[in-house]
Amino acid sequence: MNVSSMFSAYLDFIRIRFLTMLAYRVNYYSGIAIYTLNIGVYYFTWQAIYGGQGQLGGFTVAQMTTYVAVSWMARAFYFNNLDREIAADVRDGSIAIQFIRPYNYVVVKMMQGLGEGLFRFMLFMIPGMVIALLLFPIKLPTSGTSWAVFLVMLFLSFLINSQLNIITGLMAFFVENIDGMIRMKRAVVDLFSGLIIPISFLPLWLQSTMKVLPFQAITYLPSSVFTGRIQGTTTWNVLGIQLLWLVILLIPIVLLYRKARTRLFVQGG
Amino acid sequence: MLAIDVQDLRKTFKVQKNRGGLKGAFLDLLSREYTEVAAVKDISFQIPRGEICGYIGENGAGKSTTIKMLTGILVPTSGHLKVNGYVPYKEREQFVKGIGVVFGQRSQLWWDIGVIESFHLLRKVYQVPEHDFKARLDELVERLGLQDLLSRPVRKLSLGQRMRCELVAALLHNPSILFLDEPTIGLDIVVKTEIRQFLKSLNEQFGTTILLTTHDLQDIEALCSRVIMLDDGNIIYDGSLDELKNRWSRGREVHFQFGSNHSLTRLMELTQGLPVEWTPENDLAAKVWIPLEINVSDVLGRIVGSTDITDIKIVETNTDDIVRQIYQSGSANERIEQEKASERLLHV
Repeated sequence: MNVSSMFSAYLDFIRIRFLTMLAYRVNYYSGIAIYTLNIGVYYFTWQAIYGGQGQLGGFTVAQMTTYVAVSWMARAFYFNNLDREIAADVRDGSIAIQFIRPYNYVVVKMMQGLGEGLFRFMLFMIPGMVIALLLFPIKLPTSGTSWAVFLVMLFLSFLINSQLNIITGLMAFFVENIDGMIRMKRAVVDLFSGLIIPISFLPLWLQSTMKVLPFQAITYLPSSVFTGRIQGTTTWNVLGIQLLWLVILLIPIVLLYRKARTRLFVQGG
Repeated sequence: MLAIDVQDLRKTFKVQKNRGGLKGAFLDLLSREYTEVAAVKDISFQIPRGEICGYIGENGAGKSTTIKMLTGILVPTSGHLKVNGYVPYKEREQFVKGIGVVFGQRSQLWWDIGVIESFHLLRKVYQVPEHDFKARLDELVERLGLQDLLSRPVRKLSLGQRMRCELVAALLHNPSILFLDEPTIGLDIVVKTEIRQFLKSLNEQFGTTILLTTHDLQDIEALCSRVIMLDDGNIIYDGSLDELKNRWSRGREVHFQFGSNHSLTRLMELTQGLPVEWTPENDLAAKVWIPLEINVSDVLGRIVGSTDITDIKIVETNTDDIVRQIYQSGSANERIEQEKASERLLHV
């Protein structure tokens, strides 16, 4: 009974964040325009780069167009500011309130991230995708299995990205100002996840480095599956890589959170 | 049984030193220098169940740091600590279910959602059974008069309304210990009185142990049977408020109202030989300060027969003045040194 009651409290954090986001939904209308614009910029840039060549870095022009659109729209869903939220809680001292409650702060943050994700999925990603489909020659798979696999992978992208955000946010317990770190993390995730340039375009040494880092599991691998570049049993490898990172990233979170408790120093009295 | 048991509790913080100038800034980049600051220095105290204890001290004396260790937010640097049978920072999630906390300067309600929604969320977080929750909420809402506020979002409440809601939020899970960190800060006198009455009745009805920090000594006078005073991380007084007053007040003042013009020199003559101080107020009024060693009646006896008095008012030094004296003069240190001196004498 206790477990289910706690679970229902955690579900409430999803629900409340979703409703709060819904109240501020107008802010996200401009977001849809910005993401569509981004897709447009990359679409025309890649058109120019290809300049009639059939294939570059293992991508055809058509695949690249779909890849760009799908990747940006996935970002519309998985992106969140959990790192900033945690840093703000630490900086203004409201973290104290979080520690007088019988719940796990990191789990609550993750639930709020899910609430935001749910909102972004329904009111940001889907309408954005529809607009992108109307504007650009995007080819989406028709088989139900592809969609199902993609949605599972997208959810895992979200979890991995949120884990990275939580790790960055927890650093606020250890250093005084983490704005620089947050910005750096964002740039690294955008670049190394394959959002800006697919990993296969990078120099070989960098590609092999990327294989041992979690970032490609956020965009590059799921988008490659969805655009049909990765097929068959390799798909399961991709899913395995995502799950592996999901588990591995739990370790630094647990360690940092434990250490953070002893490092905490509540600002402002 | 003890609600709170604290022994040699200590908390030190590392504070980053900033070296001055451009050169200093570069040096800071390469190697940081830290200084250790002790916010709470090996304090010990026990609070039995059902007591209301005031925890006072100047800003930065270490009050909030202590409260934060007692509530499991901060991990102590050293010392032993047991609250409600738990070591707060070790078994935090289990421990906090039995305590309630109100920080006057921070809200524990969710800013964007309605008050009642915050309460429902807290019900789930604290796993309060629906039936108990309803009964308790009804009672608290009734006693604090919150009926009209429940559907409003927290951000639209006034400070007084919010603070009453904070109290409800801290009490919904029926905690046996309540920690209040400056609960009346910034509130008007009506709300302050209401909150004091509420806390008093809560303590009487449920035997809730209350530890509160405050800068408003009227809170202490209205509520606390016991006061712990903190200065620079050390406990400098632990006992009843009356004893504190007796020990630290140096005297009292008597205000006289005269029927006809009086002369100050005449009054001084009358009290010659007594170490009292006269202060004229106007032609028809004067006041005299009488140290504790002298009986008020001795002074009055000399004045009353010889002058035309219409009114007499005896004013005890108020707590604010006493506490201000202690904070300012560091007379607490004198006391500790005196005690040390007497210890030395005993050992000799």
